[in-house]
Amino acid sequence: MFRTWRQRVTFSDIMVWIIGLAIGVVVVWGTISTIQSGKYSAESWFDLIVKGLALGGVYALIAMGYTLVYGILRMINFAHSEVFMSGPVTAVFLANALAASGFLNKQPLLSILAIALLSMLVSMTVAILVERIAYRPLRNAPRLVPLITAIGASFFLQYTFRGFYGSGFQAYPTIDALAGSWKIGTVQLYKTQAVVIMAAIVLMFLLYAIVMWSKLGKAMRAVSEDREAAALMGIDADKIIVFTFALGGAAAGIGGILYILLFPIAHFYMGFIPGLKAFTAAVLGGIGNVPGAFLGSMVLGLIESLGPNLFLDGLGIPNASQLKDALAFIILVFILIFRPSGILGERTAQTKA
Amino acid sequence: MPMLEVNNIHTYYGNIHALKGVSLKVEQGEIVSLIGGNGAGKTTTLRTISGALKPREGNIIFEGEDLGKRKPHQIVHKGIAMVPEGRRIFARMTVMENLEMGAYIRKDKKKIAEDLEWVFELLPRLKERRKQVGGTLSGGEQQMLATARALMTRPRLLLMDEPSMGLAPVLVEAIFDTIVRINKEGTTLLLVEQNALMALSVANRGYVLETGDIVMHDTGEALKKNEKVQKAYLGVE
Repeated sequence: MFRTWRQRVTFSDIMVWIIGLAIGVVVVWGTISTIQSGKYSAESWFDLIVKGLALGGVYALIAMGYTLVYGILRMINFAHSEVFMSGPVTAVFLANALAASGFLNKQPLLSILAIALLSMLVSMTVAILVERIAYRPLRNAPRLVPLITAIGASFFLQYTFRGFYGSGFQAYPTIDALAGSWKIGTVQLYKTQAVVIMAAIVLMFLLYAIVMWSKLGKAMRAVSEDREAAALMGIDADKIIVFTFALGGAAAGIGGILYILLFPIAHFYMGFIPGLKAFTAAVLGGIGNVPGAFLGSMVLGLIESLGPNLFLDGLGIPNASQLKDALAFIILVFILIFRPSGILGERTAQTKA
Repeated sequence: MPMLEVNNIHTYYGNIHALKGVSLKVEQGEIVSLIGGNGAGKTTTLRTISGALKPREGNIIFEGEDLGKRKPHQIVHKGIAMVPEGRRIFARMTVMENLEMGAYIRKDKKKIAEDLEWVFELLPRLKERRKQVGGTLSGGEQQMLATARALMTRPRLLLMDEPSMGLAPVLVEAIFDTIVRINKEGTTLLLVEQNALMALSVANRGYVLETGDIVMHDTGEALKKNEKVQKAYLGVE
């Protein structure tokens, strides 16, 4: 009945294994030779790890939007990177106004909260509008159609915001309270990075709590499992879908301000790369899975930040850190080859593909 | 005035004419069974009443109100719940969460807690398993959960689609005992079943559906004694 292993293993399986093995060897070899060279001190590794976690935290907040929407609509919302962008490119005006009045450095906490709130509201509104205008009319269309619409919506938003705010770079003012670093023993901890990591962890926990324990969160999970059965409970799927987009948009908007703390420049195109990375992270963790989005984002942040120095440098590649984006997308390709369901994604990948 | 009145409904799946003028009535407090072979349109009838499918012709009147334009989730608000075919419980959510979803449309926390006690008393197995994830329950337990979940919406009319499907004979009896109890405690039932003998035994009245049309209608007892019904659905030679 069962075929022998010889019949089951195909040529492409063997090729995939060879590629996998080759990558493994290269990574291990690069890592060993980097460590042997002693080029980087323990302090600089600590630096890179913290940087990776901070980036991962931002990715996690963006990835939530992809993963929640995918869970409920089985659709990748490619306009989500613009949902992310819309918050910080708008909030920069508030930030500059606060800085000009001197309030920003007098009341840094209040100011950041106000900026984050504005960013959150803008991103949330954009997310809801995109759902209403671009996706809802296509609810019963073939799955490729909303995907194309998503890309269209993405371009539309980019150029709309460019029309509003111009194509230039808008620098965020620096916040004195977050400048500089804390010294712990021999290592330095940048204040912004520490704040970003802490905020991201707290927010991810909050989002997880909403999804797991609130009434709307539970209804969201019910709709994502079986929309028709959920309707039989009196749950209005359209309302829940709006809530999902709002939640994802809010997370992305706050994520945008955390991103700004790390890279304080806003422009209409700023969403593209972080959006793609967060999407990669969501797939890495297992799309449709909330803890997976967090885990995948942290792993991606760390790989992106540590990877170039850890295993590319040792191979003698010059300026390895310039390759961090390439590394992130190479990872996407390999997840799709070796584990399409992601780290925690076994269960979601099987349901009604 | 009957509680539910289905008047001459025609329902299509694409171009397939699935219901060709089905009419039936359910009076308050009754158990009405709808029997028929595979593909006769039993499930289609229930899905049309629950709003998942829209009839092209005819109308459905519940407690004097036309349900024609209502969406499925609005029909639940009117007081009709359904235990769907194949149970359709939320497999990744716990038993408790499934029941909470049943109570989704209700606001009164005290009444919900009371009803929870009531369904646990009705189906004590669920209380033991309340923290377990739905997908890990046995078939019989899933059927109990689907029933309990529908009851948590506090329906006046409960539609049940093939509650005995795929269950061991002992469990089938248990499910029908539960059905009779639910009815005695005040819920009107419209039941669709392949197990015609059980369905007609508990029913006040029954309808026989064949290729999208009602061909017979009588009391449960009379249908059980009817020769044609015996031959076609009860396996009596």
